[in-house]
Amino acid sequence: MYAASSPIRVCVTADALNAMQEPRPVSTTTNTTPLASATGVSPAALGTTDKSCGRPRRPRLGISGWIGCVILLGWLLAAIFGPILINPDAPASGEFQVFGPVSAQHWLGTDYLGRDMLARVLLGARYTVCLALVSTLCASGIGITLALLATVSGRWIDACLSRGLDTLTAIPSKMFALIMVAAFGSSVWMLAITAAIIYVPGAYRIARSLAVNINAMDYVTVARTRGEGTAYIMRQEILPNIVGPMLADLGLRFVYVVLLLASLSFLGLGIQPPEADWGSLVRENIGALSEGSMAVVAPALAIASLTMAVNLVIDNLPGRSARGGK
Amino acid sequence: MNLFILRLLARRVGLALISLLAVSAIVFAITAVLPGDAAQEQLGQDATPEALAALRSQMGLDVPAPVRYAHWLGGLLTGDAGESLATHMPVSEAIGSRLPNSLLLAGLTALISVPVALGLGILAAVYRGTWFDRGVSLGAVAVVSVPEFLVATLAVLLFAVQLRWLPALAYVGNDESWDKVLRSLAMPVLTLCCVIVAQMLRMTRAAVIDQLQAPYIEMVRLKGASSTRLVLFHALPNAIGPIANAVALSLSYLLGGVIIIETIFNYPGIAKLMVDSVAQRDMPVVQVCAMIFCATYLTLVTLADVCGIVANPRLRYR
Repeated sequence: MYAASSPIRVCVTADALNAMQEPRPVSTTTNTTPLASATGVSPAALGTTDKSCGRPRRPRLGISGWIGCVILLGWLLAAIFGPILINPDAPASGEFQVFGPVSAQHWLGTDYLGRDMLARVLLGARYTVCLALVSTLCASGIGITLALLATVSGRWIDACLSRGLDTLTAIPSKMFALIMVAAFGSSVWMLAITAAIIYVPGAYRIARSLAVNINAMDYVTVARTRGEGTAYIMRQEILPNIVGPMLADLGLRFVYVVLLLASLSFLGLGIQPPEADWGSLVRENIGALSEGSMAVVAPALAIASLTMAVNLVIDNLPGRSARGGK
Repeated sequence: MNLFILRLLARRVGLALISLLAVSAIVFAITAVLPGDAAQEQLGQDATPEALAALRSQMGLDVPAPVRYAHWLGGLLTGDAGESLATHMPVSEAIGSRLPNSLLLAGLTALISVPVALGLGILAAVYRGTWFDRGVSLGAVAVVSVPEFLVATLAVLLFAVQLRWLPALAYVGNDESWDKVLRSLAMPVLTLCCVIVAQMLRMTRAAVIDQLQAPYIEMVRLKGASSTRLVLFHALPNAIGPIANAVALSLSYLLGGVIIIETIFNYPGIAKLMVDSVAQRDMPVVQVCAMIFCATYLTLVTLADVCGIVANPRLRYR
């Protein structure tokens, strides 16, 4: 563990030996130290000290981090199981009331057509949470793959990919979404693809800057000398070392996607009625704003709680250095 | 200023121009080439081939896409941006009548939000870790992590509905008196400011904190300088580059915010025009609005880079 405990790499052969003798465990200081220096944060900030060397690092979330986790999990469960548990078309017994108040029967009141608001919010969770999650996973997946490819391939591919994706970032995200909606309409799949395209360049840029640093490490050189293929180096040598920061970045990107999709729906250009995500729910019920009705407050609070929860979790992740940068 | 910096700046501006050209190609490709045959769409499935061909040649669709792109770009540069599909008015006319409104909104917002954000950001950095800093940072995170439309609806609820201080709609007529215009602009400007201030404040705070952690600040402290002197004469001059960068970048967030705000308050600006055109699929207007927004965005981002380069003493005294 010579290389593991010393942040300064004095001797190349020691590193090379270390890399050749054993498969490198992902969660020891060997790998977090170069990462930390790559992102400008001291190893102590990552929650690893010399004492924890060799022992897998447990995520220390803290109380606010766990609160975020619980809220996040709650919305995820609501998105998956909500539509099964609640039937929004169930005939409301009793009188029909537009913008009804909170009652035992309608926990969140009723909306502008007298439908149960709780059911609408839970149904909306499916669109807001799941759609955003799918888009984010696509964006980050594609971004990371391209970044790894750019890192290990020659200068030409790297330059082409970087310049090409940089061009995409020159279009503001909402503007790009508006253009896409104008051209292709706003079906659910189109929205997912649009959001994914918009956030690929950001994920690519961060993943590439991390991967380039890892690529310069001795153990990657050793792996190359050993005769490993490009795919192996991408998957086994670089990817495990950028996964931590990229997860934090994934969370941040998820927030951006949620906000973007909600804004589009709010403009009436996202999810189309009768389906509704939280953005469209706010739009539908905006008439009740002057009364301060739950019909407009509930979906707004839902969006706020989701994005805040993700922010809380990211802020308390041990590797929070990956934050910042769009 | 030396030759090196000038070369760096020229490079940066050239890069921005190339990006703008590439962006125009992307915008044109998405709006005019990829969706398929616009003539077919306009006439429907059961159009006769003759009518289709006639409309195609009328819309100029019978020439290959690169030629159409060149023609479109040429028109854009000479101010002849075509005709709106919905109103059959020249696009330049529709935009010309609304651009001043948007510029007024953006200008006022920048005028108010920049000093407020810089002040709060610097104070938060100086009093880092105190209750003031925590409160300000928490507020900024809260505003950043909720959508703009939420901030706007809450502001309407508070100021227009509960307190009845300000009108909820922002209509700017031509013959209104100044105080009336300002009153009707107050809500949109206020909400936009909230969003921009939050962004800028976070970046400013980070930039100043970055400087305050530098070793030379410790030296200044050891020397016995007062904390005012330390911040104003030692930390701030070094943080000007990053701060200018943060200001320009935050102002580019204004472009996203303005789309939402103009729609909510029914403000007759260019972003509202764009959203309406997207809903009506009025491509010529969408294209021009998109290009205006992208050009502004690129200008601001480039400006941010230029500030960073010019303010970097390591480059200046090379």
